[in-house]
Amino acid sequence: MYRYDEFDERFVRERVAQFGEQVKRRLDGSLTEDEFKPLRLKNGLYLQLHAYMLRVAIPYGTLSGRQLRQLAKIARDYDKGYGHFTTRQNIQFNWPKLKDVPAILDLLADVEMHAIQTSGNCIRNTTADQFSGVAADEVEDPRPTAELLRQWSSQHPEFVWLPRKFKIAVTGAEHDRAAIRVHDIGLRMRRNEAGEPGYEISVGGGLGRTPMIGKVIREFLPKDELLAYVEAIMRVYNAEGRRDNKFKARVKILVHETGTEEFTARVEEEYAKLDGPTVNAPLEEVERIAAYFAPPAYEDLPAESVTLGEARKADAGLDRFVEQNGFAHKQPGYIALTISLKPIGGVPGDMSADQMEAFADIAERYSLGELRVTHSQNLVLPYVKKDDLPALYAELKTHDLATANAGLVTDIIACPGLDYCALATAKSIPIAQEIAKTFADDARQKAIGELPIKISGCINACGHHHVGAIGILGLEKGGRENYQITVGGDATEHASLGERLGPGIDAEDVPGAIEALVETYLSEREGSESFIETVRRTGADPFKASFAGFIETRAAQEAAE
Amino acid sequence: MTVITPEGERRDAYRLIETTEDAKAPAGNAAGSKPLVPLALLGEIETPEAPFGLFVENTAEIAEIAPHLGSVDLIAIAFPAFSDGRGFSLAKRLRREGFTGTLRAKGPLIADQFADALACGFDEVDIPDTMANRQPVQQWLEMKDTMSVHYQTGFGEGKSILQQRMAAREEAAR
Repeated sequence: MYRYDEFDERFVRERVAQFGEQVKRRLDGSLTEDEFKPLRLKNGLYLQLHAYMLRVAIPYGTLSGRQLRQLAKIARDYDKGYGHFTTRQNIQFNWPKLKDVPAILDLLADVEMHAIQTSGNCIRNTTADQFSGVAADEVEDPRPTAELLRQWSSQHPEFVWLPRKFKIAVTGAEHDRAAIRVHDIGLRMRRNEAGEPGYEISVGGGLGRTPMIGKVIREFLPKDELLAYVEAIMRVYNAEGRRDNKFKARVKILVHETGTEEFTARVEEEYAKLDGPTVNAPLEEVERIAAYFAPPAYEDLPAESVTLGEARKADAGLDRFVEQNGFAHKQPGYIALTISLKPIGGVPGDMSADQMEAFADIAERYSLGELRVTHSQNLVLPYVKKDDLPALYAELKTHDLATANAGLVTDIIACPGLDYCALATAKSIPIAQEIAKTFADDARQKAIGELPIKISGCINACGHHHVGAIGILGLEKGGRENYQITVGGDATEHASLGERLGPGIDAEDVPGAIEALVETYLSEREGSESFIETVRRTGADPFKASFAGFIETRAAQEAAE
Repeated sequence: MTVITPEGERRDAYRLIETTEDAKAPAGNAAGSKPLVPLALLGEIETPEAPFGLFVENTAEIAEIAPHLGSVDLIAIAFPAFSDGRGFSLAKRLRREGFTGTLRAKGPLIADQFADALACGFDEVDIPDTMANRQPVQQWLEMKDTMSVHYQTGFGEGKSILQQRMAAREEAAR
């Protein structure tokens, strides 16, 4: 993985010192609260419902064991003993004290980490496929691109006071696991007819109160022109994005109101005028970064492991774990593993300091010291030898990290909701917990198959409910928490937004409603169709019908009571 | 208003023309002698003797400003709020258009933005006195230098980190 050189190190250290100065100037009155707020946000520090929250950047979701151990130390010494992984591959600490933040930032800098631009109206952490570099379906590794963008976007003088936040995601595989079409800029690495590397560029995707799928504005951009082209997009957005209404300030609204064709023309006009070669990274620099992501020294192994084969026959739990959480590796004899942070009844994405420390050891022993964070709030061990799996599985089990539910109905994305967030209108974590308990039975989960459920506790959609095969949006209605249900959302290369099934329902009815929808799927599905494939074929109507039926039954029950 | 440059506070040599009446008043010696004319007013008053200052909104189009580039020696770009970053992009575009005169950021900017403003092509800021009282010149000069390195090539003085890496590689190869 990437390692800081002297310049990266100096940059982060100076930024920590700069933030310290800013805090001092807030305290001595040089900065008003209104002036200080965006400065602290650009350093990842939020004021939440009960306390400050510090969001730490995990660039493109890549972490070393050493870094995870440091996060464990921070969780233990400065928080309540846990951290929360987010849908943008970052980690949040929910209970730091303001006076401790400089010390935490120093600890982060000690392991080449920071909280720069994890919030505020600027370019946020660039995210990427969690299986980058190891996925069998990968065309090109997106991490060097994401690292180049991390550096380029860090304190960009022109783009730190944008109309609104700005998120970039990169994928290099056929199957989009980075949800690029719901990002402000989505980059898909591809090759042109001549076999030259480059990017397909989409702009204007996003969720929130006005969800939109990104529009492709460039079918092919040569790889070496990336920074200049992104600068052109950013300049058009910075100059023309709406600033009269924060709910209409994202680039998706500009693209929508301007029209894709006209927006594209403006970007291309800006691009033609700027001096690309002075902006773009020289080839040597791109190669310098890429060298850090060269494949590790793999052992020469047979594709199939006899040890694992026998162990799977002897242990049904291991067999199920490998079947569900294993991911095809490009290197024979290796496997990538999703480590679910969704134990039944747990808080999606939470990890205790003890688990972090244990997992740091595990990553060092079994995965070349590296792990990944996924946008679905799970972790990944990218470099596991199949031969090691039985021993690894035993260790994971002792730390409650062997839940075999990756991608299943209980692998739920949920925002922090009303338990933490100042913006939330409803709880989301308890809803996720109740649904998970309803479907806890392993055989039942397996029979249902892949079913991404995503829950947001307010219209800002941090839980990505618009792109959940089943989406749940918690709102407040007449002093009660009220949940709207959608089906048909998809964050992959088939990106689509979910369709609402009917009126909102009470929290205690959500698990039952999900069961009704799952029953509809099981009776409608053809062959080995997944839930989303069935919805795509049948449309939402059968689900609307069963949802209406569920509401009627509930109303009748309540009348009888 | 207080004008701050990287060298410190400077007397303002320009006088803002707010109405057509202002334009007729004789230039005094006290508050600057050169007129600073809003772009919108330029067609309505007798064009001042070149070179003069031009005051533009941050939404002004380059095409509207370009015809005047030859006759002005200062362009002041309005910052309606410190959090409104449009002026940074306009500055960048004006420099690209070939403007070599003084670029001024005019409005309630904060000291934390000084380095960014300079990197985007501004030479100075013109801030309300209330701001200058809270954030005196010394703070502006200190905040300007809190970061000694930057990644972006084509912004600011000195080599970017990418260029410094290149130079180090070339040095090592020699």
